Amino acid sequence: MRSGIVSYGAYVPKYRILPKEIGRVWGQDGEAMGKALNISAKSVPGLDEDTATISVMAARRALARSGMDPSLIGAIYVGSESHPYAVKPTATIVSEAIRAAPYLTASDLEFACKAGTAGMQACLGLINSPDENIPIQYALAIGADTSQGAPGNALEYSASAGGVAFIIGREKVIASIDLTMSYTTDTPDFWRREGMKYPSHAERFTGKPAYFKHIQNCAGMIMKRMGTEPKDYDHAVFHQPNGKFPIVVAKKLGFTDEQIKDGLICPYIGNTYSGSMMIGLAAILDVASPGDRVLAVSYGSGAGSDGFDITITDEMKTFPKDKAPLVNEMISGGKVIDYAIYMKLREKIKLEGE
Amino acid sequence: MSGARYWRHQDQRYNMAGNECGVCGSRFFPGKTMCPNCHRRSVGKMKKFYFNGNGKIITYTIIHEGSLQYRNQVPYLLAIIELEEGDKVLGQIVDCEASDLAMGKKVEMVFRKLGEQGKSGTIQYGYKFILK
Repeated sequence: MRSGIVSYGAYVPKYRILPKEIGRVWGQDGEAMGKALNISAKSVPGLDEDTATISVMAARRALARSGMDPSLIGAIYVGSESHPYAVKPTATIVSEAIRAAPYLTASDLEFACKAGTAGMQACLGLINSPDENIPIQYALAIGADTSQGAPGNALEYSASAGGVAFIIGREKVIASIDLTMSYTTDTPDFWRREGMKYPSHAERFTGKPAYFKHIQNCAGMIMKRMGTEPKDYDHAVFHQPNGKFPIVVAKKLGFTDEQIKDGLICPYIGNTYSGSMMIGLAAILDVASPGDRVLAVSYGSGAGSDGFDITITDEMKTFPKDKAPLVNEMISGGKVIDYAIYMKLREKIKLEGE
Repeated sequence: MSGARYWRHQDQRYNMAGNECGVCGSRFFPGKTMCPNCHRRSVGKMKKFYFNGNGKIITYTIIHEGSLQYRNQVPYLLAIIELEEGDKVLGQIVDCEASDLAMGKKVEMVFRKLGEQGKSGTIQYGYKFILK
């Protein structure tokens, strides 16, 4: 049996804001913006939610489904571009809050929207180490963010919040990872300088030389190595900075709408950044059957893509998905808020003395 | 609360760690050094017990004038919750309006930010509750 995903859990905050409401405040046609981005709503974290709380909730859900002893987890990596501390790891908070501490290694990762999948690769490396001096049986990779776009900026329509946790191991694997490869370059399409509150982006430069180039090359490399074609996959999921790019890149690569529909989550909750491709993959795991083949490719600005060729195993037949909420249950039924409440929840209102 | 003081209660706040009397089986949150039913017979027999955080609302209130640290959250909701595994706990109910609450409604534990020691200090996390 190949190593891969042993369990998974996702978390999406309850609050939503609609593009029309954002546009109303900034004198823009929000509805048209939402249609152009293919985003009908974006998730907004509560006042008391951050990347640590989202990571813990997703990890607890993964553990609830697996039923495993959390102390068996030997490594935790949390990928995010919105860690609550500049210095002090989110991963240690997670380790205590899921009762996995103290006999493990833990660290935070940052690579724009693909730090979570970089964590998956690090976990795979550790659990597959043939060195008996690295006795790690299970490892936890999390991608989570409470991303922000500057008020009035185009990013404000898409930057949302959510997270996913994958337990990676060699036993009771529900989704075997048959191959992982990455494609990385130094491309300045999106960045946030140290100490700056909001990220900046290079507008149209974020498309062709950035998102599309990296995902197409990574996916192409994987299919070439595996000797596969798009028709060989039951599902495909790509990073979702908006609801349009993943549809376009799927078409460019030769995938159909049917192959990407289960993992296309951005139109309902926006771009969860480090959780983006991973939440699409979680939604696919919610519905996938044994034998299904999945191609999953993330993208992080700066820039790089991590690709995974995945096969759903027979373990999925008895895997208790119902022990945690499904992605579709979380993306429907959110509470819609106006821009004033959004400002309050995102702590953009200065109180007396601040 | 200082970082060190909070850290000593971390397992209690993060994971609802209480304890259970090894003599009569009563459960306590937060944990007690001695069972109030079994007294000295329980000494050395109190075992750590992790509550699953499921329970129901016994009563609740709406806070309109919060303390300095919670002033950005007003109005917020506090409830006394009867845990299904024993004992009662005071906790904040989040992600809902006061009009959604009622005595007897079921709740579950979530992990949230409880506060912070200013913008440059540590962040304190722990349990709160949402409606089931």
